[in-house]
Amino acid sequence: MIGADAVVKCLEAEGVDTIFGYSGVAIDPFWNSLLSTNIKCVLVRTEQNAAHEASGYARMKRKVGVCAVTSGPGATNLLTGIATAYADSIPMVCFTGQVDTDEIGSDVFQEVDVVGAAESFVKYSYLVKNVKDIPRIIHEAFYIANTGRRGPVLIDLPADIQLAKIPEFECFKEAPKLRTYKPTVKGNMLQIKKVITVLENARRPLICAGGGIHLSNAEKELAAFVEKHRIPVVTTMMGLGALPTDHPMNFGMLGNNGFVAANKAMKECDVLLMAGARVADRAVSAPDLTFEGKILIHMDVDPAEIGKNAGPTIPIVGDAKAIFKDFAEQTFYCSHEEWLANLENYRSEGEPRNEVKEDFVDSPLFVQTLSEKMAHKAVYVADVGQNQLFSCRYANLRKGSRFFTSGGMGTMGYSIPAAIGAKLADPSRQVVAVCGDGSFQMSMMELATMNQYNAPIKIVVMRNHYLGLVREHQHFTYQDNLNMVELGEEPDLERIAEAYHIPYFRCERTAEINEKTTAFLSSEGAALMEVLTDPMETVAVRLA
Amino acid sequence: MNLKKIYSVLVENRSGVLSKVSGLFARRSFNIDSLAVGETENPDISCMTIVSSGDPRTLEQIEKQLNKKLDVIKIKTFDESMSISRELMLVKVKYNRSNRREIMETCEAMKAEIVDMSKNLMIIQICDTPERTELFVKLLSGISIVELARTGTLALQKCIYQ
Repeated sequence: MIGADAVVKCLEAEGVDTIFGYSGVAIDPFWNSLLSTNIKCVLVRTEQNAAHEASGYARMKRKVGVCAVTSGPGATNLLTGIATAYADSIPMVCFTGQVDTDEIGSDVFQEVDVVGAAESFVKYSYLVKNVKDIPRIIHEAFYIANTGRRGPVLIDLPADIQLAKIPEFECFKEAPKLRTYKPTVKGNMLQIKKVITVLENARRPLICAGGGIHLSNAEKELAAFVEKHRIPVVTTMMGLGALPTDHPMNFGMLGNNGFVAANKAMKECDVLLMAGARVADRAVSAPDLTFEGKILIHMDVDPAEIGKNAGPTIPIVGDAKAIFKDFAEQTFYCSHEEWLANLENYRSEGEPRNEVKEDFVDSPLFVQTLSEKMAHKAVYVADVGQNQLFSCRYANLRKGSRFFTSGGMGTMGYSIPAAIGAKLADPSRQVVAVCGDGSFQMSMMELATMNQYNAPIKIVVMRNHYLGLVREHQHFTYQDNLNMVELGEEPDLERIAEAYHIPYFRCERTAEINEKTTAFLSSEGAALMEVLTDPMETVAVRLA
Repeated sequence: MNLKKIYSVLVENRSGVLSKVSGLFARRSFNIDSLAVGETENPDISCMTIVSSGDPRTLEQIEKQLNKKLDVIKIKTFDESMSISRELMLVKVKYNRSNRREIMETCEAMKAEIVDMSKNLMIIQICDTPERTELFVKLLSGISIVELARTGTLALQKCIYQ
């Protein structure tokens, strides 16, 4: 048995069934060893997408995503994907091939210090120097990636280590013993009781649900808690879908791209429970001001997030699911019908929106219709840009559906590979990627991967021939002196679809939304729909 | 409000750990006023003594972010007043007949020691609190310093706080 065989055996023991990646001399022993297993290997078209596909897979399966690429350019291409996963706390184990150990540091062909390059955006990293360490390192890596605040772990595997004979081999079974890593899962009982007392006495309580709710799989516990105690909820972008959009306690996304009602709720509440949300700048732009005079309860599995951007009144460290379970066991009574009535009023006032234009497709109406026509338990993957902000604000995320996007990093080109990863993780679900013409052109090479591995996703390209969100920024900031934002007329998407042998749909006007969306979503297999939107459309609402 | 804090950080004695810890300070724009590293009584563990300054929130973040690093075993944070701190400094100076006496008197007053000498050069060693080593450098200002090396602050929490 050689090192690469040991890696593969360990991956089997960790329950890995799919690996996304790219080949190359420095990682080929690994791919060769994988020939003798049932683990599915998915060849992407550029390494960055291996990480995004693993990310989509991890989010769908709620387990560790795995990707593997070669040394040098393979490794550097992967970096954006790793940083994207790190920003959104997605559990992943990423393998990079490395040159032989005795060549490290001598700048040989395709050598790069990937461990050093990735240091500030991995949860942990290993350079394997001894073949005997493989079982321990892989077991630790999976444990670290998928516990505490989840995140990517990098394992740099020199080619000679992959080829080295391993004398004795046994997979690690028991939980790793790491004296430096003991994440807190269970919330402190005293803090939990304090929180309950505060909520009991609150007149205007509010929960802000973040991505941590999804990461700890706490959607049900959150719903049960807020339904029982009738506590209103707002969400961050990463928290979208923590409650269905039409849930009576859900008042929408907060922040500068969010709902007026949600932001009013944030402003007026007297007790705010931040649950698995990190008080990020796009959600809460001026934390000190926002939290002034309020009781702030900050619940996070990562103690470093608590107090980083805002000093909480009550900190509570732990996993959201475990803490909400403990909350559920506390009996308390609170009533704040007047507060809920106020929020209902804000909601019924309706959100301001731009005038609907008939000669293009109105983006808000389109994403709303699309989401409502999507199959039961569908997965909505939004890219980055105007398409993302429209999706966040107007998509109707129904019960059982999932919503993925690159929130923290805002990595363009995330949606198509992430959607492919999600589809491979659960082929029974309908998966729809929504991107702009900018982000589509960053990832359209993955259509080949999609076909080759039978991951039929539905792709929407909201086409305005601009990098819309930056155009919008330059429109407001530089008074329409635009530079570096015009994409022009190319490519012909109908012919792109034809080249990849998938059906093409085109929606040109608001009046066509219903008919075209139905046809697109009900088509067999993969499909691409081009949606012509107004180049001058803004996410920002301009009141007449 | 700028405060000074000393972080006594026990880390796994592995290659790359120093770079991970110093990289964290660079990446998050935390200050490093001084940094000293060495093995502890256990060869698997190194102790890094880091002196940093910043506002209270930054100082708290430094501790929390250090704790997140998987190579960090334990952190003790304390103020200068709660610690015994020392710094070792070696200074190579040029001397001549006219200033030799003065240098030697300064050394005596500051409890510094001349540890090496040639016809016109000498190396002075001082081991004292960071303030007094700093003062010693100032006292030598009239003399031509050829080279200077210092360890950075080493500190342990005073026994009464243990």
